[in-house]
Amino acid sequence: MLRTALLVAGKDLRIEWRSKVGMVQVLPFAMAVLVLFAFALDGNRSTLRDVTPGLAWIAMLLSLLLGVQRAFGPETVDGALDALRLSGLEPAGVFLGKAAALAAQLLALGTLLGIGVALFYGPDAPGVGGWVVLVTTVVVATTGLAAVGTIYGALSAGIRVRDTLLPILVLPVVMPVLIAATRAVEASLGIRAELTDAWPWVGLLAVFTLAYTALGLLAFGPLLEET
Amino acid sequence: MTAGTTTRPGTGTRGSRILGVLALAGLAWLVIFGFLLSPADEVQGDSVRLMYVHVPSAWLAYLAFGVTAFCSLMYLWKRTRSLAWDRIAGCSAEIGLLFTGLALVTGMTWGQVTWGHVWDWGDARLVTTALLFLLFVGYVALRRLPAAPHVRAKRAAVAGIIAFLDVPLVHQSVEWFRTLHQSPTILRKDLDPQIDGVMLFSVFVGVVAFTLVYVWLLVHRNRVAMMEARLEAGGLEQALAERRGEPVGTAAVGS
Amino acid sequence: MEAVVDLHDAVVLLGRFPALAGVTVTIGAGELVVLRGPNGAGKTTLLRLCAGLLPRVRGTATVLGVDTEHGARALARRVGLLGHRNGLYEDLTARENLRFWGRAIGASRAEQDAALAALGIEGRLAEVAVGRLSAGQRRRTALAALAARRPELWLLDEPHTGLDTDGRDRLDGLLRAAVVAGATVVLASHDLDRVAALATRTLTLVGGRVVGDELASVSPVEGGDQC
Repeated sequence: MLRTALLVAGKDLRIEWRSKVGMVQVLPFAMAVLVLFAFALDGNRSTLRDVTPGLAWIAMLLSLLLGVQRAFGPETVDGALDALRLSGLEPAGVFLGKAAALAAQLLALGTLLGIGVALFYGPDAPGVGGWVVLVTTVVVATTGLAAVGTIYGALSAGIRVRDTLLPILVLPVVMPVLIAATRAVEASLGIRAELTDAWPWVGLLAVFTLAYTALGLLAFGPLLEET
Repeated sequence: MTAGTTTRPGTGTRGSRILGVLALAGLAWLVIFGFLLSPADEVQGDSVRLMYVHVPSAWLAYLAFGVTAFCSLMYLWKRTRSLAWDRIAGCSAEIGLLFTGLALVTGMTWGQVTWGHVWDWGDARLVTTALLFLLFVGYVALRRLPAAPHVRAKRAAVAGIIAFLDVPLVHQSVEWFRTLHQSPTILRKDLDPQIDGVMLFSVFVGVVAFTLVYVWLLVHRNRVAMMEARLEAGGLEQALAERRGEPVGTAAVGS
Repeated sequence: MEAVVDLHDAVVLLGRFPALAGVTVTIGAGELVVLRGPNGAGKTTLLRLCAGLLPRVRGTATVLGVDTEHGARALARRVGLLGHRNGLYEDLTARENLRFWGRAIGASRAEQDAALAALGIEGRLAEVAVGRLSAGQRRRTALAALAARRPELWLLDEPHTGLDTDGRDRLDGLLRAAVVAGATVVLASHDLDRVAALATRTLTLVGGRVVGDELASVSPVEGGDQC
């Protein structure tokens, strides 16, 4: 199964590298969202600093929607989905590979977003403990988002109205991630919270990620079967 | 669940009519207890009577979506895969939305009367209910998309399980949202006031009555769905005959 | 000898439309069967059913001893299908596509390269992104991916379309070699003159049923390159 996952992940990332959709479309979108927020909130530096984590995660969630729509894009263009069904690759491995590729792309996006936020919104830099919490939070939350995103990507692969349907499907589900990740990042940066406050939130994120990864592994078979 | 007789229109049978009568009786019982026999609350006055509708509605919403999730699992599991599970899941979700809406409206009304405003983001239960509503609106929207029965069933089943798994996560995150490092002196007028005695019994009556209503609605909605499915299947013989009668050289749909 | 394809009164629905309205046919190993019939007769549906991609509502359908209801994964690597679309990733090169699909089904690099060469995709052509190849070249790449997996049952849906004469010759050679090696080929085609030389048997499909079943009067010329 891991071999399948690596094969599929490698393929997805290579496609992404070639087409550069992430760099050319999704990243500017996320940046634009941040700029919009800055304007809407009147650009007051201290206000922005406090709401930075929440806004950054909202930008991530909106980018996730784009990512989900693309997740099975290469497969649907030329009928590769059928070929995937006939290839004998185990669905659980395909899920793992695709989710890993999506997670990697989201992590890259998140890192760049974080740099952009640090430069333009100006929160204070975290201490060592803060960095640990920050990195853990981002990794766990992003993996959870990628898992849910990949499941929905497969689910909606054949649907034509999915651009308008996906938000109502995906956004309510990832609400806990928004809440937990925002609070954890706030704690890591010392915004209205202590560092130790972060750990229950990280725990919640871990449960979310584990639950949906498990569901993805189990449910991908039936999802891939659909014609 | 016996199928309806074909001679009379409608989806009623003797069994479901008895159930309906029981449900009505339960509702009547609830009205008696809720409005007449239970006292007004010292603090909240008569607005506490909204609880007799709000709490049962919320319970039924969870029950209905739980049924949806369970049926989704049964459908996905190969050994028990059958479109009947998918059908029941869909019916239960629709009814669940009804109860969720009711819970939201009564909750917001109670909030207006008690707090002076309709919404409070710090109230874990109300916010969770609102998110529950959104989650299953998405589910029902997904079901409405035209697709082959098994394709639609698989999609809906996975979406239903995702939604239901999310509920405890949502609840926990919203509850911690305000309380986790907040000072305990912040007063929150809870949607679960201290109630006991007759008031608690009234809530219990409400739950029983609403459960009967739910089952009755489910039975009938399911029968309607079964009839729809039967209608589609019945068209198959006709379609087969037409298809076989195609002369050589005509163009038809599909290939 | 066990039949490769065994259908009895199979009915397959596309939506509510009975694309196959009761197909009964048995195909043994080593046969090269041509499906002909008007547009909309159900040829594509029949091929997809044999690949395990479609559920049936009536009758029985067994391919290589496996009930098609178990899906494409149960048949996994033993069946190869080439539909109207190519099943390739447009952003990857022809060689990268073969690498992925080859590894997915366990074909070695040598086999992948040999398959590409047999279809005339070599050298610099193999290093071009598939999206930039002509339709005929894409078709050849897709055929190479199919050939590399050496399936026991070849299912081809109008494979000659888009190919030039050289491509068609190569394809015919491939099919003959496959049959000589013991595989079974079922192909749907409108190009009856060309396939007449190949086929051992011709099935005529009209209105979702088999209305004609003729054995070739002359056995097809054998030969061609080994793949």
